[in-house]
Amino acid sequence: MKRKKVDLAQAPITFAKGVDERYKAATPLRGLLNKVFPDHWSFLLGEIALFSFIILLLTGVFLTLFFDPSMKEVAYEGPYSALRGVDMSAAYESSLRLSFEVRGGLFMRQMHHWAALLFMASIVVHMCRIFFTGAFRKPREANWAIGVVLFLLGFLAGFTGYSLPDDGLSGTGLRIASAIMLSIPVAGTWISASIFGGEFPGHLIIGRFYIAHVLLIPGGLLALISVHLGLVFAQKHTQWPGPMRTNTNVVGERMFPRYALKQGGFFMAVFGTVALMAGLFQINPIWLFGPYRASEVSSASQPDWYVMFMDGLVRLMPNWQIYIGDYSIPPLFWPAVVGLGALTTVPMFYPWIEARRLKDKQVHNLLQRPRDNPERVGIGAMSLAFFLVATLSGGNDVIADKFHISLNAMTWAGRIGLLILPPLAYYISVRVCLGLQQHDREVLAHGVETGIIRRLPNGQFMEVHQPLGPVDDHGHPIPLEYGGWVVPKKMNRVGALAPAIKGFFFPVEKPAEAPVSPGMPPVSGKDEREEITTGH
Amino acid sequence: MTSGSPAGRWRFRGVLARRRTAPSRARRRLGAAVRMLAALALAGGVYTAFAPGAFADDTTQLSATAQEGKQLYDNSCITCHGRDAQGVTGRGPSLIGVGSASVEFQVGTGRMPMTRQEAQAEEKKPQFDKTQTKQLGQYIQELGGGPQLPSDGKYTEDLKENPEALARGGELFRVNCTSCHGFGGGGGALSSGKYAPALHDASPETLYAAMLTGPQNMPVFGDNQLTPDQKREIITYVTVQLQQDRDPGGLFNLGRYGPVTEGLAIFGVGITILVFTTLWIAGKS
Repeated sequence: MKRKKVDLAQAPITFAKGVDERYKAATPLRGLLNKVFPDHWSFLLGEIALFSFIILLLTGVFLTLFFDPSMKEVAYEGPYSALRGVDMSAAYESSLRLSFEVRGGLFMRQMHHWAALLFMASIVVHMCRIFFTGAFRKPREANWAIGVVLFLLGFLAGFTGYSLPDDGLSGTGLRIASAIMLSIPVAGTWISASIFGGEFPGHLIIGRFYIAHVLLIPGGLLALISVHLGLVFAQKHTQWPGPMRTNTNVVGERMFPRYALKQGGFFMAVFGTVALMAGLFQINPIWLFGPYRASEVSSASQPDWYVMFMDGLVRLMPNWQIYIGDYSIPPLFWPAVVGLGALTTVPMFYPWIEARRLKDKQVHNLLQRPRDNPERVGIGAMSLAFFLVATLSGGNDVIADKFHISLNAMTWAGRIGLLILPPLAYYISVRVCLGLQQHDREVLAHGVETGIIRRLPNGQFMEVHQPLGPVDDHGHPIPLEYGGWVVPKKMNRVGALAPAIKGFFFPVEKPAEAPVSPGMPPVSGKDEREEITTGH
Repeated sequence: MTSGSPAGRWRFRGVLARRRTAPSRARRRLGAAVRMLAALALAGGVYTAFAPGAFADDTTQLSATAQEGKQLYDNSCITCHGRDAQGVTGRGPSLIGVGSASVEFQVGTGRMPMTRQEAQAEEKKPQFDKTQTKQLGQYIQELGGGPQLPSDGKYTEDLKENPEALARGGELFRVNCTSCHGFGGGGGALSSGKYAPALHDASPETLYAAMLTGPQNMPVFGDNQLTPDQKREIITYVTVQLQQDRDPGGLFNLGRYGPVTEGLAIFGVGITILVFTTLWIAGKS
């Protein structure tokens, strides 16, 4: 029998051909692999959230292998001597076992927690990018709303996860959540009793939160993230205006190989950062908190940072209790129920609100520089100022203690700041935007400042400008139209003097020689001039 | 009341009243004077026997150590706490009855003398050395009594003999201490500029004295609230578990302040690193 010759070089081709003949993959795959993505650093912020979500799924699966979501009372007999013999729930006991007995368990727990904080942080940073550049405008309004829902789901995922270990801190958080439910008029007691299965804390809540945390909420997140990314694919990514870029094209890199490689590398970077933080920084030391007891509440009991704005609003709310007949509305109701409701739903509708106000029915695939829409920037700055004051107030006891400020002063600073700072942020940011706009127009009209001061025969000094475009008969530049993109404001940006040196901390290339004008050779030789003195 | 005349008119039904014949005037007067003297002697004697000892301190001599303490007191403390530690309204409280434990805490940690009048005296470099602190404590102790540190100088439990002390101390710490000092002993804010200090560098003696005397805004945990054994268990937990830097979670414990510093870290470290990474791998503008 004659041995068949195998041509190794032909193997992938025959394999791919075989696959394509069976599954008809070439046509859709070609479209996908050739898809073009615009390239800008700010377009990668959302990916941080996506990648931290993947890390959350991976580490979360590991944690479920060891966690026991039960509130059955057990006595701890593990290696952590400071809790040995203490009665606690099985959930807390298994969290301790996970931390101290499972190999790599504490590292995985810390990675999961840091990834959760990073997930929420990158959602907020990504949201700011979308908002300030107007990326949410038609046709992407729905994707903005989905993004807001993703934040809300992340909020719930974080809160349920924070509650699962059943330690002193998470129990305190649950108590506050139950108080918030109870503050809802008429329905409050029913809601709380149905969620906790009776009086707080009951014996069911950990099991219920567990299934919400590992199945329902991640399922929702996964579904919405798929829709979110699917819409980015279908509607194409927005891009910055610039040379060759229009509302109907996409200029950038193909999905394969460059974009895919960059994304793969970025995933590694995110993974590495989370792992680094998990290894270096201790997070949520549950062994210090002890098992949850209603009588033990520590100072500095805070929720994770993305819930802290609500805690802050609750701390700042004055003690206004409203009585209506036999019913009362506690002050907690306004910040925690009405406030959270408004703060999560109103932003969802912002794209439609803005379009209606500006009577804007155009499709926008090009982004706007923040300065070109000062009012939007103002609203964004106002919201951020509000969020920041509320968040800082959520940690006002720690700030008061560490910076030696009276806690009462912190509360009042928060109350006044919450009302004064947002309008101030609006005003300042609108003025900054208008100033930047004006400077752009100025350069377009008069040219770039050269730094050369010329003295005229009559003694007058004037600054020489380098026109960006053609000049008229008198040598004055013809004003240029603003293109919605960066206007060169330095001579090296228009090719004069030395070009900008690339590199972040140190030059990554040898700077090119500065062009020398033949009419003005560089100064050479020893300087023979003498210092001017008074003559004495 | 030296003359017997008012007493002579009293009608006695005692031994003296049983006389058949009325005694002479001079004899009656003499008898009244003797009875008066006897009554006075009895009253005075009973009073001297049962009177509180503190009153007598006015005349008793201070011990040599206390004398030294009084010298220091009269130089550094008298401005606010007044002569004989009786307090000055609006400046400083009376120190009668605070005990030497209180002095050793306040002076030994540098909280007293205060720099200025404010919400709470701050811990600072002690102004008096150990001997001087003892002398001041002795003076205050002899002046008005009060709680004293145990003389055996044992403030912690030996974990080799008594390994459960650590877990018990932890439970007691979480029940009694965390509401102000925090889970990690990092301290916390109280109202109007007052605060519970961090416990990172508190010595066992300081911790014991603090519990015993309730300095500044801290409640007193007397021996009927936390027994000396329980106090020692708490101190064992603080010194072993919280102070010896037992942070299995990483090099940096972020002060063990919980989510506030963790939130700061995720933006200060995580987001910062990753934004620079995006700048590195993608186009700028």
